[in-house]
Amino acid sequence: MLTIENLHAQVEGKQILNGIDLDVKAGEVHAIMGPNGSGKSTLSSVIAGHQDYEVNEGTMLLEGEDLSELAPEERAHKGIFLSFQYPVEIPGVSVTNFIKTAINASRKAKGLEDMAANEMLKKIREKSSLLGIDSRFLSRSLNQGFSGGEKKRNEIFQLAMLEPKLSILDETDSGLDIDALKIVANGVNKLRSKDNAIIVITHYQRLLEYIVPDFVHVLFDGKIVKSGNKDLAIELEEKGYDWIKEMA
Amino acid sequence: MEFKEKLLASHLAFEERIDFSDPVHQTRLESLKTFEEKGFPSRKDEAWKYTSLNAVVRQDYALFPKKETTIQLKKVKKYFLYEIDTYKVVFIDGVYSPFLSDTTHDGLDVCLMSAALSKAKYRKLIDTYFNKITDKQDSLTALNTSYTQEGAYVYIPKSVVAEKPIEIIHFSTGKEKALWLQPRNLIVIDQNAQVQILERHQSLKEHVVVTNSVTEIYAHQDAFVDYYKIQNDLSTASLIDNTYISQEKNSNVRVHTFSLGGKLIRNNLNFYLKGEHCNSTLKGVTLLEDQQHVDHYTLVDHASPNCESHQDYKGVFSEGSKGVFNGKILVDQIAQKTNAFQQNNNILLDDKATVNTKPQLEIFADDVKCSHGCTVGQLDEDALFYLRSRGIPKKEAKALMTYAFANNVLESVELPILKKRINKLIAKKLGVNLGFDL
Repeated sequence: MLTIENLHAQVEGKQILNGIDLDVKAGEVHAIMGPNGSGKSTLSSVIAGHQDYEVNEGTMLLEGEDLSELAPEERAHKGIFLSFQYPVEIPGVSVTNFIKTAINASRKAKGLEDMAANEMLKKIREKSSLLGIDSRFLSRSLNQGFSGGEKKRNEIFQLAMLEPKLSILDETDSGLDIDALKIVANGVNKLRSKDNAIIVITHYQRLLEYIVPDFVHVLFDGKIVKSGNKDLAIELEEKGYDWIKEMA
Repeated sequence: MEFKEKLLASHLAFEERIDFSDPVHQTRLESLKTFEEKGFPSRKDEAWKYTSLNAVVRQDYALFPKKETTIQLKKVKKYFLYEIDTYKVVFIDGVYSPFLSDTTHDGLDVCLMSAALSKAKYRKLIDTYFNKITDKQDSLTALNTSYTQEGAYVYIPKSVVAEKPIEIIHFSTGKEKALWLQPRNLIVIDQNAQVQILERHQSLKEHVVVTNSVTEIYAHQDAFVDYYKIQNDLSTASLIDNTYISQEKNSNVRVHTFSLGGKLIRNNLNFYLKGEHCNSTLKGVTLLEDQQHVDHYTLVDHASPNCESHQDYKGVFSEGSKGVFNGKILVDQIAQKTNAFQQNNNILLDDKATVNTKPQLEIFADDVKCSHGCTVGQLDEDALFYLRSRGIPKKEAKALMTYAFANNVLESVELPILKKRINKLIAKKLGVNLGFDL
């Protein structure tokens, strides 16, 4: 589904990614771990198309199609979703209206009519109940005054509504207590299917107890220095990242 | 002949057209003298540092509107809140249009300044209120006063709640190549009375029109006034709005100004808090492009203790447009326990637009809470990326962010139909259809 080869990227003249290779197939969950500053969030921003990041070498293909020239919204229309570490507050725009706008923008890009109101409502009800979100929450302004847990839950709600092919969860566990973490992870697990893929970016192993990855990659200094299965995450938790730094 | 000279020379002819014996004749003459001495403000005046009237007053204007022009209702319907029942005081090229208006004397007065000036029964009110809270030294106000003849007159008696909003609308048709209008409004809200008023100036085709308007609003004890100014005129129309508001004890006055179009707009908005426990709200959304210029010049004079004022002005500027905000808060020595807040936030969408923002606080009391803040920035790129990563195209994402930015102001609009209308105007201006009402 997503094929990244020899990806180099920089931001404001500073080289962050130094040759990443990653192959994510449909149905798979990949975890990307690494110490602070290793390039984890840069990788997610680059895949989603943040304009501040410049790809200066390598390729990114989604189902064989080159992503590098596409605007962030076009990547979203192709099925990429990034769950933000720090979602943005949009006062005056409700969660419901925001998600309607997002869904219909994607539909429009595909030449489809707006989703019928009743169909939209049904979908909103279904997906919100999956994440234990009540209707009062849906009429609140997007992310405004949301707790850390509410913000992350709202991100996963959007993911559920938009049904992307490739989801990237960037530090979704940060700021979550264990109960919120379970709800969010449970939601993500229910959305897993053989047709979509998930990249989980995390500093800690904790989230991976609930969203169990097929592959774990360790990022250091802008490169994947080690890959393995879920046991690698446990090993990292025990040994810390110094072990990786020495290896690199 | 320079335009100033023309204004001075034409005054006699103006007064010949109306009744010399009316109660404000003397005031007109005194005001003309003030204007003669002071002339039009220039950029040398501190208050006009960022807004030049040079180009405006360099040309010639017709001063006396021709006889009444009729326009078909269907052509102008969209400028009214036609979805709901309202009182209407409508002028076409400065002349009252009975056909488009819907006035009343039934329990409250919504009628014409010319009627209030000429009829004996209004004499006492005119003597009590006319030109009493204006700045006598302000040359443009003096100019308006010297030519006072027409405008809206509103009187809401004690404990009366006006059950319908009042729309004051000035159309200009372009029959005159260049037209100078000077409407004069007097609005008196007696004790415990309530009213909602909407004011709009609208050109119906591109032609030069300058409106130098003066509005006096008297809010008596416990009165509530909710006032909306819709400034969405064509790019050939300019407006100098001079509004003076006097508040008595426990009164609450809110003024929202939506500046979305026009060539040059100057809003001189003055609040005088004369009784304790007054509440004053001044809010505005300014959304400009091209060569448009909007200058908000506010004064809140806390002349009594225990009052509260809130100012919140948001501006979004692009393509060579210019915004100015000058907000003065004056807290008199006796005005202890004052709460005065002021915010002016601006977004520049490109590097051709400019903003000048200047808070002015003069505080002579010691037990007060005053705050002010101003910002000038760009749309947050990370927020934009967030919206776009959800599939929302750049233009719509910018529009959503602009809404979010202006939301504080929009959410306090208490007429739902007006809120909807303003949302639509903003969406149109931003070139988007969001598919829902905010």
